Amino acid sequence: MRLALLALLAKGPAHGYELKQALESLFGSAYPQPNIGQIYVTLTRLEKSGLIQGEDVAQSGRPNKRTYTLTEAGHEAVAAWFEETSDEPRVRDEFFMKLALAPLTGAADQVGLINRQRRHYLNLMRSMTRLAAAEDRDNKVAQLLIEGAMLHLQADLDWLERCQEELE
Amino acid sequence: MRRNETSGEGTPGDMLVVEGLVKTHRTDGTEVRAVRGVDLRICPGEFVAVTGPSGAGKSTLLHLLGGLERPDSGRIWLGGRRVDILSEARWAALRRREVGVVFQFFNLVSTLTVADNIELPGLLAGHPPRRVRERRRELLTELGLEGKEDSTPAELAGGEQQRVALARALINRPAVLLADEPTGSLDSKGTREVLRMLSGYHQRGQTIVLVTHDANVASTADRVVTLHDGEIADDISFTDPPPTGQAAAHVVRLLG
Repeated sequence: MRLALLALLAKGPAHGYELKQALESLFGSAYPQPNIGQIYVTLTRLEKSGLIQGEDVAQSGRPNKRTYTLTEAGHEAVAAWFEETSDEPRVRDEFFMKLALAPLTGAADQVGLINRQRRHYLNLMRSMTRLAAAEDRDNKVAQLLIEGAMLHLQADLDWLERCQEELE
Repeated sequence: MRRNETSGEGTPGDMLVVEGLVKTHRTDGTEVRAVRGVDLRICPGEFVAVTGPSGAGKSTLLHLLGGLERPDSGRIWLGGRRVDILSEARWAALRRREVGVVFQFFNLVSTLTVADNIELPGLLAGHPPRRVRERRRELLTELGLEGKEDSTPAELAGGEQQRVALARALINRPAVLLADEPTGSLDSKGTREVLRMLSGYHQRGQTIVLVTHDANVASTADRVVTLHDGEIADDISFTDPPPTGQAAAHVVRLLG
């Protein structure tokens, strides 16, 4: 969330609600709506660390709104973020741990585990298909996000198939 | 135990019933047991995807259901009628009227126009040419192929050729549509088109059995049967509506 907000502010000053809307329109229905409270908390923290600068703007008949501007340090942080390769783990797979440990514990059987997991993946795949159909065709970012999720699921299903072949 | 040979086993509403189906392929003295005892029951209007790794027996099962191959043992009922015991000629006649088949590589007749490809099974089934032509026009419209009737298959994109194959399979209003990897040789656009058409016919009540190795394709069906080593490993009916909203976040996490 931190860097996403900073990156959005690189375009120009904005207040919390505008940032929320920007994230929503970017990812469409493909991704959970960002929580406004969480956005305000993150903005306060970013301001404390000197990456953004807040300024209250008076509004007639309504409470002031606080508009944020990216500082020099903020610009550097965004540039550094784009510079570094993203090396987070691609898969965090608790299921595989269960599958590997099942025969040692005798607490679950592997075929049952595989079948249950396949159902879960197929259900996700199905909701993804519906999501893609419901989402605006022209929202390329949202469509690509859904397609990425589907390709990950396909890989998970292929892996599951391999597990079934090898472990049976 | 005496079995009812005409009305099929179990509930009379079943469209397709399969019991103890076994098929072994023999090539050069080696035996491959492609289908090893499959029981399956498909209701009218169901859209069933059969999936599994290559060599799991998916295509063989579909061929058995369409009478394109004969089982070594087991029984098949189509619309309450026992069909595995039919002669080749009677199967051919039945297939023409009751079963439509779509293949991965379209199998259109390259020397015939789109219109003739589609009409051919209708004429072979002995329907009046005028009615066949009307039905063909209707299908071309439904499948977004107006204006293509005089084209030859080679002049069409893959997705369009498969839609022509779909029209041909549906010309006689078959009870069951069988599709063997219908998107297997299509790009993503062609795949989307064909899946949209299949879903559309399903919504209008068409019973469909589709074989695919692609989970994305399988998830458009409302039931997924997974084959493994010629046996059914799992059989899932989706309970809709699924948890939609932002499901992508279950797989890909972008924001902390």
